[in-house]
Amino acid sequence: MKLDREEVLHIAALAKLGMAEEDIALFGTQLSNILENFDILNKVDTVNVPPTAQPNSLCNVMREDQVTRSLPPSDVLANAPHRDGEFFRIHAVLE
Amino acid sequence: MINPKQLPIHEAHNLLKSKQISSVELTKAALARIQAVEPKVRALMTVTEEHALLAATHADKRIADGDCRPLTGIPAVMKDLLCTKGIRTTCSSKMLENFVPPYNATVIEKLYAEGMVLVGKANMDEFAMGSSTENSAFYPTYNPWDLGRVPGGSSGGAAAAVAAGESIYALGTDTGGSIRQPAGFCSITGLKPTYGRVSRYGAIAFASSLDQIGPMTQDVEDAAIVLNAISGHDKHDPTSVPCEVPDYTKVLGKSIKGMKLGIPREYFVDGMQPEAASVIRAAITKLEELGAHIDWDVSLPSTPCALAVYYIIAPSEASANLARFDGVRYGFSYNGAVSMWETLEKTRQFGFGPEVKRRIMLGTYALSAGYYDAYYLKAQKVRTVIRQEFDNAFDKYDALITPTSPTVPFKIGEKMDDLMTLYLSDVCTMPVNIAGIPAISIPAGFVDGLPVGLQIIAKSFAEETILRIAHAYEQSTGWQQRRAEL
Repeated sequence: MKLDREEVLHIAALAKLGMAEEDIALFGTQLSNILENFDILNKVDTVNVPPTAQPNSLCNVMREDQVTRSLPPSDVLANAPHRDGEFFRIHAVLE
Repeated sequence: MINPKQLPIHEAHNLLKSKQISSVELTKAALARIQAVEPKVRALMTVTEEHALLAATHADKRIADGDCRPLTGIPAVMKDLLCTKGIRTTCSSKMLENFVPPYNATVIEKLYAEGMVLVGKANMDEFAMGSSTENSAFYPTYNPWDLGRVPGGSSGGAAAAVAAGESIYALGTDTGGSIRQPAGFCSITGLKPTYGRVSRYGAIAFASSLDQIGPMTQDVEDAAIVLNAISGHDKHDPTSVPCEVPDYTKVLGKSIKGMKLGIPREYFVDGMQPEAASVIRAAITKLEELGAHIDWDVSLPSTPCALAVYYIIAPSEASANLARFDGVRYGFSYNGAVSMWETLEKTRQFGFGPEVKRRIMLGTYALSAGYYDAYYLKAQKVRTVIRQEFDNAFDKYDALITPTSPTVPFKIGEKMDDLMTLYLSDVCTMPVNIAGIPAISIPAGFVDGLPVGLQIIAKSFAEETILRIAHAYEQSTGWQQRRAEL
């Protein structure tokens, strides 16, 4: 499995990860090498085996929908790189 | 003169309780030790001196009032992915270089309630991705046993801090071996509890179905004491299991006579250092002398698949977990972009280091249309097979005994260019996370002055079995009393 330039750019776009030109080739080679090591899984017969998403038996943990106090806005906004009053400031989403 | 590097929790507690020392004295000794050795070891991201002295003063008041719990007044460091309110939490990433959490992780709350004195936040591989702490975006940590070698990772700062006497104990996290492998490399005790035993709330997530927080300590009794303090159900973490927490110190000192221990042959991998294998075989023989029945020829045939399963599942979960770093609400934000999407992409391009980006790419690929079934779903199915093999083994054996790592600590820079060799250093620890079961690494001896760790694995929620075996071994050998000279 060899990842070409186009595929690397496609994955980077899905991951919203900017890519320097030199990283495109580097990641293509490195990821291809890692993927080769995954072929071993094809040797395991999993025809009637269910998948495991997480290892304990808890499933659909429910709780009462109770109103509780949340963090004050000043705490929530304290780490914001760009803020405007009580809002996070970002570039326009819709032009 | 108090020497924190020779003072496990249980001994420090006795000195504090009998008022032979105060927490302020003990904390000052730890801070002095940090000042003396930190330029060589670089185990810490942040030293919290003022905070620590204040906490120590409070602890002394508490002790004066007759409330001296096992951890009251005792200095500790926390891996820098555990959120500490008001104290910078970086994940050793440029992305979170200036992040100050508005709340505490549940484990931090629990330890504060016990009277912990937090003296620092420990260096790590960026976002816990790595096995050597060389992936820290700031600086590598050096192994106190040999400053030319790595301390392991990703909790390498935490392990080195304990081994160097900068801290009496630490908490780390373990996704594929990140507590046990550095514990083995630094000759300390590191316990990865059962998935769900300890709340993960406030631990910055890497791979949510694999991550678990656990103690990194000077000996097995200390591991039991810390596990007592951090275990239990938490309504903030729905994957934490609502079952009773035993007193883990109660099993210490019990004989292991008649216990059945299995030695899975697949863990003595091709390329394992023969001298390290000899140390492990000698440790197993010691367990036999202590009365355990050893089956030297157990097979868990899917073990060689664990690496592939891990490097599909962990990056897949990471690619989802790390989507939250968008430069909007916290963390690094790229200035100078002209659109929202460009800000997002450039923030992630310049905020994440190479290994983090590699894993995000790998995970995104494994989850993407057309590849999901072949990689992610297949890995989840093989995960079931690996778990079943462990389940079957635990029908016959109380515990499995293996090396923690195939080699002694390697040299700084030695494996940075060879990804697969680096990934292989966690080959003995990853299956445990895949199955969600508990395991410990304890000191088992040395090869040319470099530490070798012994791993003890048991079924889910059988931490008591692990601690009992580990304690019996430790008490009969004394390896845990050896300290690195700095």
